[in-house]
Amino acid sequence: MSANGTPLLEIRGITKSFGSVQALDGVDFEVRPGEVMALVGDNGAGKSTLIKCIAGTHLPDSGKIIFEGNEVHIHTPKDAGRLGIEVVYQDLALCDNLDVVQNMYLGRETNRYEVLSEAPMEHHTSETLASLAVTTIKSVRQTVATLSGGQRQSVAVARAVMWNNRVVFLDEPTAALGVAQTRQVLDLVKRLGEQGLAVVLVSHNLTDVFEVADRITVLRLGQDVGVYEKSATSEQEIVQAITFGKQDAEASA
Amino acid sequence: MSTAAPPEVSAAAAGQASIADIARARWEAFKGGDVGSVPVIVGIIAITLFFTAKTTIFFTAVNFSNLIGQMAGVTVIAVGIVFVLLIGEIDLSVGYVSGIGSVMVAEFQKSGSSHDYPGLVAIGLAIAVCAAIGAAQGSIIAFLGVPSFVVTLAGLLIAQGMIIYLLGTEGVIGIQDNQILDVANYVLTKNTGWIVAIVFTVVLAAGSLGTYFSRRRAGLPTGNLLLTIGRVVFYGGLTFAVVAICNHSRGVPLVGLVVVFVVVLFSYLAGRTTFGRHVYAVGGNAEAARRAGINVKLIRILCFTISGACAGLGGVILASRLNSVDLTFGGGTLLLDAISAAVIGGVSLFGGRGRVSGALFGGLIIGMISNGTDLVGSADWIKYVTTGTILLAAVTLDTVARRRQVAAGR
Repeated sequence: MSANGTPLLEIRGITKSFGSVQALDGVDFEVRPGEVMALVGDNGAGKSTLIKCIAGTHLPDSGKIIFEGNEVHIHTPKDAGRLGIEVVYQDLALCDNLDVVQNMYLGRETNRYEVLSEAPMEHHTSETLASLAVTTIKSVRQTVATLSGGQRQSVAVARAVMWNNRVVFLDEPTAALGVAQTRQVLDLVKRLGEQGLAVVLVSHNLTDVFEVADRITVLRLGQDVGVYEKSATSEQEIVQAITFGKQDAEASA
Repeated sequence: MSTAAPPEVSAAAAGQASIADIARARWEAFKGGDVGSVPVIVGIIAITLFFTAKTTIFFTAVNFSNLIGQMAGVTVIAVGIVFVLLIGEIDLSVGYVSGIGSVMVAEFQKSGSSHDYPGLVAIGLAIAVCAAIGAAQGSIIAFLGVPSFVVTLAGLLIAQGMIIYLLGTEGVIGIQDNQILDVANYVLTKNTGWIVAIVFTVVLAAGSLGTYFSRRRAGLPTGNLLLTIGRVVFYGGLTFAVVAICNHSRGVPLVGLVVVFVVVLFSYLAGRTTFGRHVYAVGGNAEAARRAGINVKLIRILCFTISGACAGLGGVILASRLNSVDLTFGGGTLLLDAISAAVIGGVSLFGGRGRVSGALFGGLIIGMISNGTDLVGSADWIKYVTTGTILLAAVTLDTVARRRQVAAGR
């Protein structure tokens, strides 16, 4: 891969199979701090499995995960969280019946002797949202059920960022959104990269990918086809890589 | 009262606002399906007016004291049910588990037996046994994934069988222990009653104003100060009115204090602690809670344990009230009354929405209907039909509210 900048998170030759299905077959992947890395591929290419292996939901069969130059073992989501790796899943994992503050601090509430300290939590939530320029949420005390799709996505992303995470995976963040809300979320993704986080954007939408990503990793049938610099590739090349893989693409070219 | 947020928090959503703004926000929430405590208050007033018109005995100090005793057992059981409903489960065993509590407390004080314990120890043991039953059911539900409906239905039958077995051929155990009898029968002296009212009001004022000023100090939006004071004055006044009415007859029944204590304790647990927050989270979206690192299984087990423990205390109260325990304990409409109380009090059957205090309001409504129909001398069928109709109305309201809230979110 490219020589400039050391990767924050690096995956080497990871494999994972479910019974007879080889979901991941020796995949390499990396992301550097301050960049937006897109992870693209057709359905069943192994994107979700890869994320789940890094997030600690699945245990890879073989391969290495290297974080800041050291090999790490991620067995549970807590392990991933401790390293500063956070995944924002497509279904957002928000509790509709709780308000924004309660969702931001879900499972990590500030408390004294098990009694909640609401004021600092509310304060910090407002600060975090402001720092990400999420201004459309009227009150951090309204329930998530009352928010729009884009606002919910913003809350989920803000939650991932608030905990000083260093690598944030966004799984199809714009899939269910309208035009204005997609804009809102893409701006947010760009801002995360600018703030020095390593951002991995998983998406089907190549227009979105080309707008915010710095580099693009293509997966196909459980293998990585390659990494493309956005500035040196085209949507057409990526589509070919997704559908036919690299060799076929070169052969047909 | 069907949102997860505590009252001062939902008021704060309107910012450092005027009363008009807060009223507008409440009205918006009302239209959005969050009807709050309006139906319950309307229900209580309507029932009071109806029975007052029907009989002169209903609206009297003596009957009010009676009502407190009658509703106490069901209300305490309903408090436990609230936690189970909040995580989106159901506990059908509470009726007969409370019966086990009754039998246990009677058994543990039985004079001449090898386990003739002092009253308070017997009460503690009875509650512990019921909590253990709840924990066992919760464990099966959490670890094996068996639906709570079936597990607690089996628990209901097993508990019923155990009651018959424990009571044996005699079929009845008398209660002689004074501590146990005092639970439902002791009446506070009039001055103690006033002291309780003063303490309650002071604690309430300290809590409300403390929250208000600590939020202001932290630079966070607060509710309206006038409204906060108004709320304290209202609830404080209500407390003094209750004590005044009770003192007009024999005084405040101890059991009323027990109920208030249980409701306040568990309200605090649900609204102000990390555990409570996690209960609402599991009820709202169990998968999200799990991913956030919350131990969902443990929360489930603890909620069923609370349900069992509350059923046990409810059983103790019911046993104390009747001075003896027989084969009818835990049966009849007890289970349905307790679940109805929670649901009528605004606790959603879908999980994640409702408050512990709902059990108190729901218990009051159920108690008033039962008390009123008895006084009027109507047939049992009227009591059942009325309670059923109100329950149906409450569940319908819950379902409609839920649909409205989902619609408002999209």
